Amino acid sequence: MSIYYTQDHEWIKVEGDSAAVGISPYAAKALGDVVFVELPDVGAEFGKGDEAAVVESVKAASEVYSPVTGTVTEVNAALEEAPETVNASPEGEGWFLKLTLSDASELDGLMDAAKYKAFCEDL
Amino acid sequence: MAQEASWTLDLPMTDLKKTKLHAKHIALGAKMVPFAGYDMPVQYPMGVLKEHLFTREKAGLFDVSHMGQCFITAHDGTFESAAKALETLVPASLLDLAPGQQRYSQLLGEDGGILDDLMITRLGFAGQTHRLYLVVNAGCKEADFAHIEANLPKGAAIDYKDDVLSLLALQGPKAVDVLAQLNPAIRDMVFMSSIDIPLTQTIWAHVSRSGYTGEDGFEISIKHDDVGEITDMLLASPDVEMIGLGARDSLRLEAGLCLYGHDIDTNVSPIEAGLFWSIQKHRRSADAGYKGAARVAADIADKSTKRLVGIKPEGRAPAREHTQIQDMDGNIIGEITSGGFGPTAGGPVAMGYVARKFAKAGTPIQLIVRGKARAAKVVKMPFVPHRYYRG
Repeated sequence: MSIYYTQDHEWIKVEGDSAAVGISPYAAKALGDVVFVELPDVGAEFGKGDEAAVVESVKAASEVYSPVTGTVTEVNAALEEAPETVNASPEGEGWFLKLTLSDASELDGLMDAAKYKAFCEDL
Repeated sequence: MAQEASWTLDLPMTDLKKTKLHAKHIALGAKMVPFAGYDMPVQYPMGVLKEHLFTREKAGLFDVSHMGQCFITAHDGTFESAAKALETLVPASLLDLAPGQQRYSQLLGEDGGILDDLMITRLGFAGQTHRLYLVVNAGCKEADFAHIEANLPKGAAIDYKDDVLSLLALQGPKAVDVLAQLNPAIRDMVFMSSIDIPLTQTIWAHVSRSGYTGEDGFEISIKHDDVGEITDMLLASPDVEMIGLGARDSLRLEAGLCLYGHDIDTNVSPIEAGLFWSIQKHRRSADAGYKGAARVAADIADKSTKRLVGIKPEGRAPAREHTQIQDMDGNIIGEITSGGFGPTAGGPVAMGYVARKFAKAGTPIQLIVRGKARAAKVVKMPFVPHRYYRG
């Protein structure tokens, strides 16, 4: 399993041709307490960079973009009742959705954990 | 992920003004944002949600020194002349204010649109009871002062005090016990009254029992040179934390209180904004003698105008400002003006304007959030009961 990050602070964990997507601990901390998550329908198709979900704190709504092109196979419905899980475990139980990868080469444009760490330190 | 800017009234990052507590906010780890021309704390490390809940449980301390403070004084030195002069610009009755009494009102344009909302107090201190003290919104203060100066009848004058006075708000159920440690006289005050008292052997303050959170609490007008010392004394209590603009916004929204530039502006009258209660009975006629009186009287008589109402979305999705409101048949009937998550309400809360026939509490409506219609209801405000101290 490999994890990649976008410049918009999404992560994507890849296993074979399927992947889970969520927001990074950096993003979860910057947002503050998450009070609502809107997830897509299973079966929805997204291009790389398309708006795939919405995460809301007390003061603002933020879009979550799909890091790659793919089709949604599963969403984390538990976030609807417990959106605070995104803050508690952004890279674990706070995942947003799973999708099938259409084009694995899109991962090449993303950052690995070390590059992303350096990227956040420069912000 | 991209975050929408949620703070309007933003000005360019350059030349932002700073309150006297600016360094204190930074030292406390605040996230600073431009607001109404000032570099202000939007939240501290505790975060908006916990700051909100802390204020409702204990006491939140807010730096509201960016707000405009001024005095109205008549040349003949009488309260009557000062009150009559300002009564030409606001719908509230002022002549009947007792020394120390405070009232909420609005500055109205000729057409009855709201230029700003404000607090007006008749000073209660011996020798000063002829003066009116005003607190106006930060984003409007320069325009307000110019409007008052240009339109105040001859015989009265305005003094700006922004260069001298800071303003703190201490809000929440523990506020009274904390402030009473500095001067127990504040225990006897009731909501919307004020006194001028010493808080230390050398520091005097103008203290009113009021605020904008729906909680019991106080606003403390104090000299710039003294605000740091009083802030430190209040923060020494374990029941007090500094609270940012983010929680200030969610607290006032739950309390059903209007925010200028969002829920009220020059396009709406006080009647449309649901501020009928702030206009005393004898000030409701077209000939009441203030700018905009004709519009106020007309909007009272005309039941067809829009109304600001409380809106409770069903489910958990917050409906933000500018969300379209539809009736159950899909016709557009209005727009959300303030909306978000209410930490104490435990879910989304909002306010917005709807056509009058939809203004009754219980009316089902739909909110169009990111293209999807979501069920909601018109409800009575506040969303969280007010806890003002009325004696």
